Amino acid sequence: MSSFDTEAPAPRRRRPWTVVERGLTAIGLSGKALVIAAPAIWLTVFFLVPLAVVFGISLTVKQFGRPPYTPLLTNEEGTVQLTLHLNNYIRLFTDGLYISAYLSSIRIALISTIIALCIGYPMAYAIARAPDQWRNILLMLVILPFWTSFLLRVYALTGFMRGNGVINQFLGLFGIEPLVMMQTDFAVYVGIVYSYLPFMILPLYTNLVKLDGALLEASADLGARPLRTFLSITLPLSMPGIIAGSMLVFIPAIGEFVIPSLLGGPSTLMIGRVLWDEFFANTNWPRASAVAVAMLVVVVIPIMLLQRAQDAVQDRERAK
Amino acid sequence: MRRGWFLPIAASLGFGFLYAPIVSLVVFSFNESSLVTVWSGFSTKWYGELLADPQMLGAAWLSVQVAFAAASIALVLGTLCAVALVRFRKFRGRTVLAGTASAPLVMPDVITGLALLLLFVAMEASLGWPAGRGLLTIIIAHSTFCTAYVVVVVQSRLSDLDLSLEEAAMDLGATPIRVFFDITLPIIAPALVSGWLLAFTLSLDDLVIASFVSGPGSSTLPMVIFSKVRLGVSPDVNALATIIIGIVAIGVLGATVLQLRARPKKAKA
Repeated sequence: MSSFDTEAPAPRRRRPWTVVERGLTAIGLSGKALVIAAPAIWLTVFFLVPLAVVFGISLTVKQFGRPPYTPLLTNEEGTVQLTLHLNNYIRLFTDGLYISAYLSSIRIALISTIIALCIGYPMAYAIARAPDQWRNILLMLVILPFWTSFLLRVYALTGFMRGNGVINQFLGLFGIEPLVMMQTDFAVYVGIVYSYLPFMILPLYTNLVKLDGALLEASADLGARPLRTFLSITLPLSMPGIIAGSMLVFIPAIGEFVIPSLLGGPSTLMIGRVLWDEFFANTNWPRASAVAVAMLVVVVIPIMLLQRAQDAVQDRERAK
Repeated sequence: MRRGWFLPIAASLGFGFLYAPIVSLVVFSFNESSLVTVWSGFSTKWYGELLADPQMLGAAWLSVQVAFAAASIALVLGTLCAVALVRFRKFRGRTVLAGTASAPLVMPDVITGLALLLLFVAMEASLGWPAGRGLLTIIIAHSTFCTAYVVVVVQSRLSDLDLSLEEAAMDLGATPIRVFFDITLPIIAPALVSGWLLAFTLSLDDLVIASFVSGPGSSTLPMVIFSKVRLGVSPDVNALATIIIGIVAIGVLGATVLQLRARPKKAKA
């Protein structure tokens, strides 16, 4: 017997893990089950179930009272009756407002994404090609606006573009008539590009910084002009970055509410704003729910499927 | 590699576009006139007015409380979820959990907000909880969407982690929970800090979801700002924005300096 075994254990400091372990054994749970169950239960209750509730309420109609929708299940003398209304969905297809709002959301998001790509690509490329000591500073300058408030940056744009704003005062110095920029679709494009530009630049940068300079030199040595080299080497190789950046701008832009309501005019139709108005202005909860369900089916689910397909392609490429 | 004049000019214009509105916002916060865009002299009176506005201060305090609680809940849930997805390769419902954890990232705010409000209303009607809407419901809503962001941050750090350290600890007889607290947690700590900060910022910034799930008398700072800005210009919002931008700029600059200092040391070692 070595003294090691017989020695009384030294008084040990209570560590967090011993407390956790004892607690778990006491209630008869394994650590693994808890690790999975806690987030799974939370996300089920506060993310999946709410979506089901939205679907349920989209099948009711507005009524006056609390809550402001007709009940799905009614219990009359022991008979439980399920009442489903399809009115909201029929309205979505017959009332031109909703269809044009969906289409115009997609159009605005698409145009903004293209503009963001055209501005963000040269910026990302310039940062990737910048000298080492500059690169971190430039990257920080891209990330910095992202940490400041999104709402306040949109507000900053209103001060810039309004009738007597900075741009028009500057133009006034040259005797140019003030431009009407606020409350137009143009202002919404500027707002989306301005707000989401960092999301475009960062994935493009991570892609472009990995680009092998030897390929570009080889192309130049073989006599290709810079533009030709760019079109046939840089651009195709940066495709994953372009796709990732465009998705990061396009996806949030589609459901955007703040930008169209602060910068857009009354004619700027976006589906996020329509949903908001159905809910807050018309207190038509069932209609707002139907708009949300249609938005999920038309926009969100295709995007998620596309992303999964893209992830699968990337995984396969990585495996090669 | 000489690229000529195009890239530097394009990049400068791009940065100008990103920063010009922010700079003008900061400059006009020191403007004497209440016309936000006409310069009439230096003054700090809007800062004084901001600090004397009980509605703004109350909303700011509410937002900080919500952000603190939501970021902390999201950190715990998001870390657990990331551990489950990275470490437990196979369990029933793994695909569903992975999908549900990343779905809030692509979900439009208006849908998340509407869905949670309808849930809270239905729960109150059937279970009696949560009674009314306010601080608690905003915290729950923010924790839910912030969890998704924490999962992304922690997951990428966990999958880069060297498994041999954890295996060595297990071989030496440590229980999985001890391994997690003594080995894994200290290593992923930087990711936990950035995940928490990201969640905190996102919660502090959210307007849409909070507008749906808040009740009367519980307006968060973005809600107050939005109603002020929608009614017209207000120079005290400029002052508030300048304070927030100042705090963030100092924070980000500090973090960058610390990172740059840490790097040469590593290279030497």
